[in-house]
Amino acid sequence: MKHHENNIDTQCGKCTCGLCCTKIINFGVTRGWTEILKDINLHIHCGDLTALIGSNGAGKSTLLKAILGEISHSGELVFLAANKEGTGRPLIGYVPQKLEFDISSPTSVLDLFAAARSAIPVWLYRSQKMRQHISEGLAQVQAEHLIDRRLGALSGGELQRVLLALALDPVPHLLLLDEPLSGIDQKGLELFYRTVSTLRENYDLSIILISHDLKLVAEYADRVVFLNNKTIECCGTPQEVFNNKKVIETFGIGWPIELLAGRGAERE
Amino acid sequence: MLLWYNLIDLLLPYDWANYLFMKNALLGVLLVTPIFGLLGTMVINNKMAFFSDSLGHSALTGIAIGVIWGIPNPIWSMLLFSILLTIAILIVKKANTASTDTIIGVFSSTAVALGIVILSRNGGFNKYSVYLIGDLLSISQTDLVTLGLVFIVVFILWIVVFNKLLLVSVSQALARSRGLRVNFYDYLFTILMAVIVTISIQWVGILIISSLLILPAAAARNIAQNMRQYHVCAVSAALISGLAGLILSYYWGTATGATIVLVSALFFLGTFMFKVLGR
Repeated sequence: MKHHENNIDTQCGKCTCGLCCTKIINFGVTRGWTEILKDINLHIHCGDLTALIGSNGAGKSTLLKAILGEISHSGELVFLAANKEGTGRPLIGYVPQKLEFDISSPTSVLDLFAAARSAIPVWLYRSQKMRQHISEGLAQVQAEHLIDRRLGALSGGELQRVLLALALDPVPHLLLLDEPLSGIDQKGLELFYRTVSTLRENYDLSIILISHDLKLVAEYADRVVFLNNKTIECCGTPQEVFNNKKVIETFGIGWPIELLAGRGAERE
Repeated sequence: MLLWYNLIDLLLPYDWANYLFMKNALLGVLLVTPIFGLLGTMVINNKMAFFSDSLGHSALTGIAIGVIWGIPNPIWSMLLFSILLTIAILIVKKANTASTDTIIGVFSSTAVALGIVILSRNGGFNKYSVYLIGDLLSISQTDLVTLGLVFIVVFILWIVVFNKLLLVSVSQALARSRGLRVNFYDYLFTILMAVIVTISIQWVGILIISSLLILPAAAARNIAQNMRQYHVCAVSAALISGLAGLILSYYWGTATGATIVLVSALFFLGTFMFKVLGR
C-alpha cells in the first residue's frame, strides 16, 4: 500500500494549477468472484488528455464504465471545480467504443441530438433553433453535413465524430473516450485525435482516452496511464511511460525515434 | 355516441356502415390501430417483436387464472398475469445469464402450456377459442370508452417520454451516461405494452396481435429516414390497413383482425419492394 501512495504523490503532486480537476480515489471493481481492478488512483486536470493503454483484457473499458457508474465499484470519484468549492459528481461525456445499435433504425443524427437535448418529442416537432444548435455542435467535429443522415448510414469514423459532438453537448467536465478497435481507417483516426486535441484546448476539458494506437498516443496525449495486472502499473508523460520496462515488454515497442517520426526530432 | 352514429350515416352511406356493430367496430379500429402503429415503432426499435408475441400467448394463462378464480370477465387476471410475466422477463433479462431470445422462449412456452393445461382440463377448450382469433365486431360501447381512455394515455405518454425511450433504445450505455434511469424507462415501456396488448386481445386475437403491432412499423421502417417519417408512415399504414381490413372482412365474411393483418402485410411487401428496387 505504501508503495502505491508514494506513486500517486510523485505523479499527481503537481496539482497546484488552481484549475478544476477530477480525482479517482481507490477505485476497485469486482465482478462475481473475480477482481478486475484494484487500487486505481488518478488525478486528472482540466485540459489534460490522459491516454489509457494496456493489453486486451487489462480492464481499460471496465475502468471507464466504473467511472461512468455503469458498473458498481469501490472507491470514490470526486470533481473539484476551479474555485475548489464545487465538489461532487462531475458531468461526464462518453463516447462508447462501439455503439451497439440497430443499423436499420430510422433514427437520424438530428433525432438523436434532439432527443438527448430537448423534451419536445422528436416525432412531433423539430424547432429551427434546435437544428441550428445541433448543427453548430456538429460543426466542431466537422460533421455538420451529417445532420439528416440516418445513424445506420454513417461510416465508423463519422459515427464516432457524431457521438463525440453528442458527448460535448452539454459541455462535460470529464470526457471519456473509448476508441474503437476496428472500423475506422488511419485517416479517420488521425482526424479524430486532432479534433479531440483541439477541443481540449478550447474547452479546458479533462479527457480520458482508451487508445490502441500508440503512435497517436505518443503524439497527442499529455499523460499516459499504463494499466496492467489489475491496476496502474505506471503513469507519466508519453516518454516516461514508453521507457518503462513492462510497457516495452507488453507492446514490444518503447520510445524509439522511429515510432514518433517527426515528433521525436521536434522534441530534441 | 349518437353523434358518431349520425356522422357515419352522413359520411358513409354504404351498405357495410349501416349496422351498429360496424359503426362500433369502425370507431374501435380508428382508436386501436394508431395506438398499435405508435407502440410498434418502439417495439421494433427495442427488438421486442418476439416479446410482444409471447405477451399475446401468455394471455391464455391469464384467462385460465380468471377461470380458476371464477370471474366472468378475465381481463383483470389477464392484465395481472401479463404484467407479472413482463417484470419476470425483464428481471431475468437484466441478470444477463442467457440470451433474451432464449429467456422469452422459455417464459412464453411455459405460460402457453400452463394456460392450455388449465383451460382444457374438462375438455372445454373450444369455448376459449374466441380469444385465439378475436372478434372486433363484438366491441361494445363500454369497450370503446376504455379504448378511448387508453388512446389518450398512450398519446400523452408518447409526448412526455418518447425522447427518453428513443435514447434508451439507441444505446443503453449512452442513455445512462447522460443520466437517464434506463431501467425505469425499460419497465415503463414494456408494462405499457403489456397492458395494451392484453386489453386488445379480446378484439384482435392472441394469434395475430403481435403482427398488428409489428407490421405497420416494419413497413414504415423500409422507407423512413427519420423518426417523424417513421411515425407518420407507421400510423398511416396501421390506420389504412385497419379500415381496409374492416371493410374487406365485412364483404368477405372473414375474421376482422386477420384481414387487417393481411392488408398490413401488403403494406410491408410494397415498401420492401420499394426499398429493394430503389437501391
